[in-house]
Amino acid sequence: MNYFILALIKTGIVVGVFMHVLAYLQWIERKVIAHVQLRVGPRRVGPHGLLQPLADVIKLITKEDMIPSHVNKVFYYLAPFVAVLFALISISVIPFGPEIEVFGIRTNMSLADPGIGVLFILGISGMGVYGVALAGWASNNKYSLMGGLRSSAQMISYELPMALAIAAPLLILNTLSLREIGEKQGGFVLGVIPNWTIFSGGQIVSFFLFMVAAFAETNRVPFDLPEAENELVAGFHTEYSSMKFASFFMAEYANMVTVSAMATLLFLGGWHPIFPVEYGANFIPTLIHWGGAAILFYHAAQPARPFDKYTYPVFGVIFLGIGGVFLIPFLQPILMPLFWFCAKVLTILFVFIWVRATLPRFRYDQLMSFAWTFMFPVALVNLFVTALVVALS
Amino acid sequence: MDAILFLIFAAIAVVCGINMVVQKHPISSALSLVGVMAALAALYLLLGGEFIAAAQLVVYSGAIMVLFIFVIMLLNAGAEPKSVLKPMGKYLGAPLLVVFFGIMSFVVQNMTPSSDNVVFGSFKGAGPREIGTSLFTVYLLPFEVTSVLILIAILGAIVLARKEID
Amino acid sequence: MPPLPLPPSVPISWYLTLSAILFSLGVLGFILRRNIITVFMSIELMLNAVNLTFITFSYMLKRVDGHIFSFFVMVVAAAEAAVGLAIILTVFKNRQTLEIDEVSSLKN
Repeated sequence: MNYFILALIKTGIVVGVFMHVLAYLQWIERKVIAHVQLRVGPRRVGPHGLLQPLADVIKLITKEDMIPSHVNKVFYYLAPFVAVLFALISISVIPFGPEIEVFGIRTNMSLADPGIGVLFILGISGMGVYGVALAGWASNNKYSLMGGLRSSAQMISYELPMALAIAAPLLILNTLSLREIGEKQGGFVLGVIPNWTIFSGGQIVSFFLFMVAAFAETNRVPFDLPEAENELVAGFHTEYSSMKFASFFMAEYANMVTVSAMATLLFLGGWHPIFPVEYGANFIPTLIHWGGAAILFYHAAQPARPFDKYTYPVFGVIFLGIGGVFLIPFLQPILMPLFWFCAKVLTILFVFIWVRATLPRFRYDQLMSFAWTFMFPVALVNLFVTALVVALS
Repeated sequence: MDAILFLIFAAIAVVCGINMVVQKHPISSALSLVGVMAALAALYLLLGGEFIAAAQLVVYSGAIMVLFIFVIMLLNAGAEPKSVLKPMGKYLGAPLLVVFFGIMSFVVQNMTPSSDNVVFGSFKGAGPREIGTSLFTVYLLPFEVTSVLILIAILGAIVLARKEID
Repeated sequence: MPPLPLPPSVPISWYLTLSAILFSLGVLGFILRRNIITVFMSIELMLNAVNLTFITFSYMLKRVDGHIFSFFVMVVAAAEAAVGLAIILTVFKNRQTLEIDEVSSLKN
């Protein structure tokens, strides 16, 4: 019975944190895009718009739930549910850190550790197409149908280079369990180069292939053809409103987080630090947070807006406190892996947002020919070369 | 626990299977089939087939059925017209089918040794490693033949789906 | 209400029965349905049922071969789906129908 209680506690923590991350990811996205475009982004609700996600959730829940009259009712209701379900399941097999000991109980920092974790995530993310395709079809609207068709063709096409890109590091790591994948990338080559597959395994090509395929799989810019707003109104979710619309958004962000976590685990060494602990890797989180606090205090001294001289010092003190927590010795075995894992995932998420603010959208024929005539051959050659190297060494 | 899990997934599989046959609209049938496949994947897990369960998810429900739904959506296939059944088929069909299932289950129950029970986790010889080893040693020739088969299928599909058909 | 008389573990024959039932449902769909796509899906259901039998026997004999067989069945099913759906597309393009009974003449 102990196992069930432990699993319940872990599920509660992961679900709670994950939901907040999803809500705040949108705030981060709006802020980052705003700053790229020389705007300030949401500022009205709470200090620096920090309560904006809460306001958005309240707005979406209380909005009228419109149901167009000619939709196929069953599938219209089913589609957002399917999309969000398969987007959220994947997080259950992602390990966030090594085995830890809390209050004398040893446990993995993941909800489950199946021996086929990588394949499980591939399978579940493949099922995610149904949400989008069904939404497009059930809406009984030609723009939605086009969006649904585009997304199913796009996701099938890009799943192939994605799987081939994943196969290359798997050849080096020789396991399918995500926990073992993380563990095997610990340590350093020659004392300084981290033993991540992207560095020591030379998997830079497959990392880029994976990232491009990940952009396509999550329907993000520049591959957001299923919801291309200047061709298809809003694509597959044109006819959706209120919470059903929000669930598609939630699914998109959840998919982004999963894909980033996958990239982190497969290529970027999971929860292992970028340079050895002997050179002070454990002080990096403290330094980053204290650096942030210093910048905040500097801006508080020269406020650009009237409220800044009250809000920035408060955030500065909070940052100082968080930086201090990382220095407590008995918390370090838990917090350090978490910090490195979250830092890598957030960096990749930042790239997602950065690309969205920068690149224009592909045309549909370009998208397809890019997948089949460029990514697929390159992924095959990369896999072949990796296999050759692994076989010879 | 084993029996409960089996019964849950078996029930899902059978209900979805019946729904697939009964539904008039192809897209409803396709989604029911996806339900059957997902339930079967869970049953494979109970039987110790980790790899094959994942392959079932990736290949069947992730690729083949998406292709089916894509084609149904592309052709905008409508519901089938109601087929006219003879009165005998209408009233005797379902009861006879149940009787047939009963006889079949009885025969299967009596044919197989009853001593063997499925215990979850007792068979670990079918992970990815074992399947890979077996594929590339004992079953190497069939494996290579399937790759040729897939190549032929790709060529066939491209030739058939080309725009200009003379 | 007395507790259900459930065995602690499932006999092999239950799996085989389930597989047999699914297979017959596939046959039923193949005979009853008239939409080409649904007929095609019934074949997939039958293949799935056969896969379940393979895996069950593999468990019974504690060998890996059943898994390999069902892996091959999946590959063949994938190839079949690709070609079959291409044929369906062509048929629809030429005849504008998916009714299997109406695709009976050899000429247009």
